[in-house]
Amino acid sequence: MFPAPSDEVLSVRNLSIGFRTPGGILPAVQDVSFSVRRGETLALVGESGSGKSITSLGILRLTPPAPFCQVRGEVILRTPDGRAHDLLALPEPEMRSLRGDAMAMVFQEPMTSLNPVHTIGEQIAEAVRFHRGLGKRAALGRAAELLELVGIPNPHRRLSNYPHQLSGGMRQRAMIAMALSCEPSLLIADEPTTALDVTIQAQILELLQELQQKTRMAVIFITHNLGVVAEIADRVMVMYAGRVVEQAPVVPLFKAPRMPYTQGLLRSVPRLDWAGRRGEKLAAIPGNVPDALAPPSGCAFAPRCEHHRPGLCDAAVPPLEASGADHDVRCVRWSELLPEAAA
Amino acid sequence: MSALLEVRDLQRWFPVKGGILSGTRDHVKAVDGVSFDVRRGEVLSLVGESGSGKSTIGRTVLRLDTPTGGRIRFDGHDITDLTRAGMRPLRPRMQLVFQDPYASLNPRHTVEQIIAAPLEIHGARMNAAERRRRVEEALALVGLLPQHASRYPHEFSGGQRQRVGIARALITRPDFLIADEPVSALDVSIQAQVVNLLLELREQLGLTILFIAHDLAVVGHISDRIAVLYLGRLVELAETRSLFTRPRHPYTEALLSAAPIPDPTLKRQRIVLQGDIPSPLNPPSGCSFRTRCRYALPACSASRPPLREVAPGHFKACIRDDLVLAADAA
Amino acid sequence: MIPAQNPAAAAAPVLRAAPRRRLRNPALRRFCRHRLAVFGACAVTLLTLLCIAAPPLLPYSDTFIDIRARFTPPGGSSAHLLGTDQLGRDMLSRLLMAGRISLAVGFSAMLISMVIGVCVGLVAGYYRGVLGTVLMRFVDAMLCFPSIFLLLAVSAFIEPSVSSIILLIACTSWMEVARIVEGQIRALRERDFTLAAHAIGAGDARIMFRELLPNAVAPIVVAATLNVAHAILAESYISFLGYGIQPPTPSWGNMLDNAQTYLESAPWLAILPGAMIALAVTSFNFIGDGLRDALDPRMEGR
Repeated sequence: MFPAPSDEVLSVRNLSIGFRTPGGILPAVQDVSFSVRRGETLALVGESGSGKSITSLGILRLTPPAPFCQVRGEVILRTPDGRAHDLLALPEPEMRSLRGDAMAMVFQEPMTSLNPVHTIGEQIAEAVRFHRGLGKRAALGRAAELLELVGIPNPHRRLSNYPHQLSGGMRQRAMIAMALSCEPSLLIADEPTTALDVTIQAQILELLQELQQKTRMAVIFITHNLGVVAEIADRVMVMYAGRVVEQAPVVPLFKAPRMPYTQGLLRSVPRLDWAGRRGEKLAAIPGNVPDALAPPSGCAFAPRCEHHRPGLCDAAVPPLEASGADHDVRCVRWSELLPEAAA
Repeated sequence: MSALLEVRDLQRWFPVKGGILSGTRDHVKAVDGVSFDVRRGEVLSLVGESGSGKSTIGRTVLRLDTPTGGRIRFDGHDITDLTRAGMRPLRPRMQLVFQDPYASLNPRHTVEQIIAAPLEIHGARMNAAERRRRVEEALALVGLLPQHASRYPHEFSGGQRQRVGIARALITRPDFLIADEPVSALDVSIQAQVVNLLLELREQLGLTILFIAHDLAVVGHISDRIAVLYLGRLVELAETRSLFTRPRHPYTEALLSAAPIPDPTLKRQRIVLQGDIPSPLNPPSGCSFRTRCRYALPACSASRPPLREVAPGHFKACIRDDLVLAADAA
Repeated sequence: MIPAQNPAAAAAPVLRAAPRRRLRNPALRRFCRHRLAVFGACAVTLLTLLCIAAPPLLPYSDTFIDIRARFTPPGGSSAHLLGTDQLGRDMLSRLLMAGRISLAVGFSAMLISMVIGVCVGLVAGYYRGVLGTVLMRFVDAMLCFPSIFLLLAVSAFIEPSVSSIILLIACTSWMEVARIVEGQIRALRERDFTLAAHAIGAGDARIMFRELLPNAVAPIVVAATLNVAHAILAESYISFLGYGIQPPTPSWGNMLDNAQTYLESAPWLAILPGAMIALAVTSFNFIGDGLRDALDPRMEGR
């Protein structure tokens, strides 16, 4: 259940990312800490503006350059050769050789992340040649293998296809093939199924799980879809307004969420297995996501929270407390709000 | 219950030019022979994946697009061949809510201008105060404040913009509303607010709603009946409960199975459809789902299965009556 | 909102939300940051005010011939601040009166060409189909014609006057505007708010002028400024070549034409109107550049 820390592929400590805007520094991500182990899938859940995508870009150092964006904290990536890389301190050339090699990323919209003027084969082979120094023929052979691995029929013929000649699902498969070309130890998937149809989403989720079992890579899966999270995650980290508000293994998080935001989110999702409840109102969370430039004092969720207590919740930003084994929650009232305590 | 909207054999083919020299033309069969009724006061949902033609149906029914075949009757009037001018008197009665709350509001107009536009167009003679009162009334209906009227769309969040879009649709006091994926561009916590709002408004105003969506869970929550579309054709039409507990078309079964349920302890036998949705330019012969169907027989390619009533109020377009399909959501 | 997937998209909403709090008008702020544009705006305002208000205040009118003071160089006489020409007419007075004509030609030609260009572009972009294609092919055909030759050819046939020159210039400079507007409208009419207008039963005119046009204002304003510069330049060409504004009415172009003979003996006769043309044209171009940046919210933060 709790593997040795040496199993940790990525560990992030106190990551903060701020953007410079005319209205002042905008704290997009604040004080985020987590780690991912080999073979584990960590789901990063949040709504727009929660900072979940920025966190992943910060890890890969793909945020805008320094004056516009400040990244602080510590990000350690352990590669299979046993070395630990401090990603935020690495010089750019070394970072570039890690990106796409030890860690790879899959984006939401494969059409915009694939170059439309190059064939699928060229693009995958390019990555392999850059990181592995293979010859052109060998790289193309490897590309075909990869396409086969991700379940694209007729891989050799597909190599010469351009991105627009593939369907959305096929493009996402090609993106995954490219990400896996160098057998990364960490895969960051940013909303990889959001743009896809449900039946295609099911295919891609199945593929990702299958590949993970084969390669034992660590996966950070960024999504806003709680159904998808329940399906693929081992551990879940919920973000709200740039901060982690709850972090737990998947079953406790869904069965006994402790942060009122997580509870509200879970209640507000319409569920397929509630077919009988037609016409019944959903338990919506009132209000809107706070303005990142003028966050509420104290707990960012307080203005929308049904358990909000003036003077307590808006006094200071609550700390992320351990509320049990591997279950952290950012709420000053979590222990009062436990079902046993309330009863 | 009488039907407010009757759609018969609706067809919308988009011509595609062949080569430069060859004059031959192909057709994308976006909607290919769809028939259904929307009863007064009900919520009927059209569900399907991309390319199923659900949005095209919505637009064609509102005559924002012209069908290439079939008939559309609204409240007894045949509106299939009406001109734009001919449609104008009916427009206040049938309104549209869009998917994208960012693109569907004119960024250069204030909320008041946006919401009041239908009043101006339909020549409601009223002074500024009366107009303002109607706008505030519509804003209140969707849960916005009177002072929001003078703001511009970019000053609102996605959920509030969608409320503005709904207010615009409601100001003419329509009896029929088409909601085209009204929540799919919104955040999870906001989706529930908008779904609730639509449910409330329907109750309060007695609206008839044609709800277009791809998310079965949302649809199941809001609709009386559901029509499932695949490649421009209707494959199943039934009451919500009946469809969820006893799907009769293999595609519906797969859709139900593919929709993720937020419960990690639920262990389901997933039916993962193989392959992609075929091109609507060149759909398979016979049943268009047969290429991905695990129950397909050679006979499925012979002819297009008609939509027939297999149980009271439950229609399906599949030749196999011997199947007992997994009712995943029960 | 759809969760963002790249840094630019993720940062955009907050960037958009930010500026209002600090300065009321972000466009004005962006314009003010563009130093050359501010210079251009000041120069144009000053020039226009001077041309309108100053001539009656000067000691000599532009047509008064001071025969004893012919060829006075600038600064050579306290009465003639910028000197005199070959007939002894006051240069400052003439420059300002010429400025009235040149600026009036520039602004009027711009207005007319904008009206033509916007209408053609709006109709072509909105209706597309046969009408749109025919209109745009006509625009292309007009663009293929070297406009300066067209101007000269036509002005050789007709009686040159201020109004005919304005019309001529307007008729050869509306095509770019039409192209810009057509492109904008074509993109805008695919947006959902256009469909929304159709759905509430709005007529074509309402959709074109109330829904689409306000969204295309930024590029139109930029094109308009650049168009003034173009018109002033065009007027100078044809007047310089003798087909434009006819003496004794002064314009910067015909003053230049006039100066050719005395280029060596009295260079200021050429330099002064030349400098005025350069000042006016570059100022309008700077304003155009500044407006382009100011009206584009993506320039925020640069």
